[in-house]
Amino acid sequence: MANSINSSGTDTYVGTARSRVDGPAKVTGQAKYAGEFSAPDLAHGYVVSSGIARGRITAIDTSAAEAVPGVIKVLTHENRPRTAWLDYNYQDAVAPPGSPFRALYDDKIHYSGQPVALVVSEDFGTARHAASLVKVAYAAEAPTTDLSAQRELAYEPPKKRSGIKPPPAPWGDAATAYDDAPIKVSQDYRLAVEHHNPMEPHASTVVWEGDGKITVYDKIQGVANTHGYIAGVFGMKKDDVRVLNPYLGGGFGSGLRPQYQLFLAVLAARALERSVRVVLTRDQMFSFGYRPDVLQTVSLGADASGGLQSIRHDAISGTSNFEDYQEVVVNWSGVLYDCDNVALTYKLAQLDTYTPSDMRAPGAVTGVMALEIAMDELAHETGQDPIALRLRNYSESDRTEGKPFSSKSLRACFEEGATRFGWSTRNPEPRSMRDGRELVGWGMATGIWESMMQQSGAQATLTADGKLVVGNSTGDIGTGTYTILTQIAADTLGLRMEDVTTKLGDTDLAEAPLAGGSWTAASSGTAVMRACQDLAGQLFALARGLDDSPLANVDFERAVFKEGRIAVAGDETRGIAITDVLRATGTDTLEATGSAGPDAAHQKAFAPYTHSAVFVEVKIDEDLGVVRVTRVVSAIAAGKIINLKTARSQILGGVVMGIGSALEEESMLDHTLGRFMNHNLGEYHVPVNADIHDIDVIFVDEEDKANPMGVKGLGEIGIVGTAAAVANAVFHATGKRIRELPITIDKILG
Amino acid sequence: MLIESGSPGPANTIAISLTINGQARTLDVAPWTTLLDLLREDLDLTGTKKGCDHGQCGACTVLVDGVRINSCLALAVMKDGASITTVEGLAEGAGLHPLQAAFVEHDAFQCGYCTPGQLCSAVGMMTEGHAQSREEIREAMSGNICRCGAYTNIVDAIQDVMQSGAAK
Repeated sequence: MANSINSSGTDTYVGTARSRVDGPAKVTGQAKYAGEFSAPDLAHGYVVSSGIARGRITAIDTSAAEAVPGVIKVLTHENRPRTAWLDYNYQDAVAPPGSPFRALYDDKIHYSGQPVALVVSEDFGTARHAASLVKVAYAAEAPTTDLSAQRELAYEPPKKRSGIKPPPAPWGDAATAYDDAPIKVSQDYRLAVEHHNPMEPHASTVVWEGDGKITVYDKIQGVANTHGYIAGVFGMKKDDVRVLNPYLGGGFGSGLRPQYQLFLAVLAARALERSVRVVLTRDQMFSFGYRPDVLQTVSLGADASGGLQSIRHDAISGTSNFEDYQEVVVNWSGVLYDCDNVALTYKLAQLDTYTPSDMRAPGAVTGVMALEIAMDELAHETGQDPIALRLRNYSESDRTEGKPFSSKSLRACFEEGATRFGWSTRNPEPRSMRDGRELVGWGMATGIWESMMQQSGAQATLTADGKLVVGNSTGDIGTGTYTILTQIAADTLGLRMEDVTTKLGDTDLAEAPLAGGSWTAASSGTAVMRACQDLAGQLFALARGLDDSPLANVDFERAVFKEGRIAVAGDETRGIAITDVLRATGTDTLEATGSAGPDAAHQKAFAPYTHSAVFVEVKIDEDLGVVRVTRVVSAIAAGKIINLKTARSQILGGVVMGIGSALEEESMLDHTLGRFMNHNLGEYHVPVNADIHDIDVIFVDEEDKANPMGVKGLGEIGIVGTAAAVANAVFHATGKRIRELPITIDKILG
Repeated sequence: MLIESGSPGPANTIAISLTINGQARTLDVAPWTTLLDLLREDLDLTGTKKGCDHGQCGACTVLVDGVRINSCLALAVMKDGASITTVEGLAEGAGLHPLQAAFVEHDAFQCGYCTPGQLCSAVGMMTEGHAQSREEIREAMSGNICRCGAYTNIVDAIQDVMQSGAAK
């Protein structure tokens, strides 16, 4: 691919498959997560959760808990220390508009599972036991948690969430075009509420450093967000707070916003002036953000050959009664296909639940699921091959913003994916393919995600021994950020990866945004590259200034940084080792910083998106109703791929979660209690090893100039479209069109 | 030990002997302390992970006398006299256990939180000797959830080690 990072025109590491640099720490148990740091005087907090979903606490009796030997303090709304008063102080970097939830703030209950007390004890076992002795009396009111009953109350959010594009203004006349279209598909679609369920429960360890200073290990996807939150809520100086999180045991969006265990741990540590750790239970992992319930209707009008004449996509999303959570659900329908009459709407309805939160490809998983099943329905109605139908309506520009794509290699995804899958041998007739007693179905769908970039800093320090340390405050949430930044730094300066260390997840490092939105590779990667380029400039100046320098009279543009040396392009024998430059100039350390952000001119001119084509084979035993996804081919167009190994893993993970969405994941609300009832991993089903068979990942060549490295990001695109492809394969196998996901056994048998 | 600190009087602890990663230990534990909490909270062996505390996720898998178990479902006092191997004790010497090396090579993890449990589970599974094919490995490894979705790579890593005969 073009655009090498190394000045020689060829990269050694970028674009290849490399094992994770943090791999040895993770396979030996040495990698420490937020709830695993300790302190000599560490106390343990255990959360008491509300048993009702709406109402007030009328009395809270903590005497029995306080009487247990080892219990230090029970914090409730009645005795909590003072915290900030204004909503503004509680709004973290990605908070939606509204009043952020405040734990232990007053007697009001907003949702089931809300924390109502924190028991702090000398040890974990005592805290857990004492928490069971806290008696809470409530005045309960009937909760509202059924979104379908709130349809009439839906509203357009008056205040837009920062970074979330509202639906575009309609163009053409979608209603008339739909009425006039000879072929019509109009259906409702729904995806169950899902909880992120990272394997690591949310945890915060607050180390009391004395003099009002704290060091906080927090489960967060970017420590800068926790830093700002603590400063705002507790009125602390940022200099008195250091936040670290070197490893995150899975986030998927659940670690974007500081969660209530952080608030409680800091509250208790400040009140007691000692170190406190609070870890949530798996049950309590169902007591904050989730992928929201969304009522969707997609209406497609087409001519007889499948040419789209009208697209309408309407969505009503659940949110809490205190924040207007928003995500991009319907806009994709105006981006993915070329149509002259498009109308897209997005509304909210309030429920007595916690606020939803971004979950892997937020909005796109939900909206593209509906659109791509609808397209399969249209393909069936018009007798078109699903790929041919998509090519027939292929968009060459983003009509929601009136811009050309920065690049779009979706055609290559269709072609390479179909070939690898063997799509051409598919019999389009539903129920036409069998393997022994099982029905076989082949389905496909398209995926799309916006390629974004965020303002990000980075730092680089080179020492006399030729070792380089780079880093910033963002997190590696399992995506491979440690590894790709090491590759980028090594290639920029022509060093070996073994000589480069990447540090992340520490507010003492250069500030960088949360790891999310698939923007980290582009944002932090570019910032690290620039810091290293700055170092290269400094090194070159030092080298050229040496007596009898081999680089005398050479311009920087002709310098090649390769194999630990600075050499002259075209005559690489002419050069000097970097360590010799440092030694000869008496330089102990060289430091540099870099920053990167979105290119405003490019943003104005182009629409950057990643695309995918997902092909799925299912086998279904109709007597048992069991669906197995036996084969998946996911073909991805995401610009430059920095590390083929970790990139492939990103897509594998997205596909697996997509299969979960399609077949298993479902947080079930009891509307009388207003509570998610299956709040554990035995009843909230996620894919296990036996559920996952062959997954093949293809990265198609794509050159993009959306950012200096041509990187588009991979964290989300693997999941988008996967659930639709599974649903479409189920239709092909059985002839049953299931529009409410997950497709569980009862729906196959029903 | 666990419940003594901060308590006004001596707690009801029970003395047990465990060999942990080859090291003989005599410990006073509360009868309700799980093997998992003993390892993580008292012995600072945080390589063994708590994912659910209900035996539903497998993150806490350790080897007890060579047999894989969910350490969150075992009370420490029930394992008196047993030999426990955690992820910290899988490798002999300074290097990596072949399965640890294979996990790195095959990228059989992302966030790393389920990884210690996957590794201990896979070592236990190989000792059991029942699973040979990919399908059997998948089935036998289904007690260990990986939310990052590294399953295909986990099976690749295990098969690699099984085929090279480097297990045990």
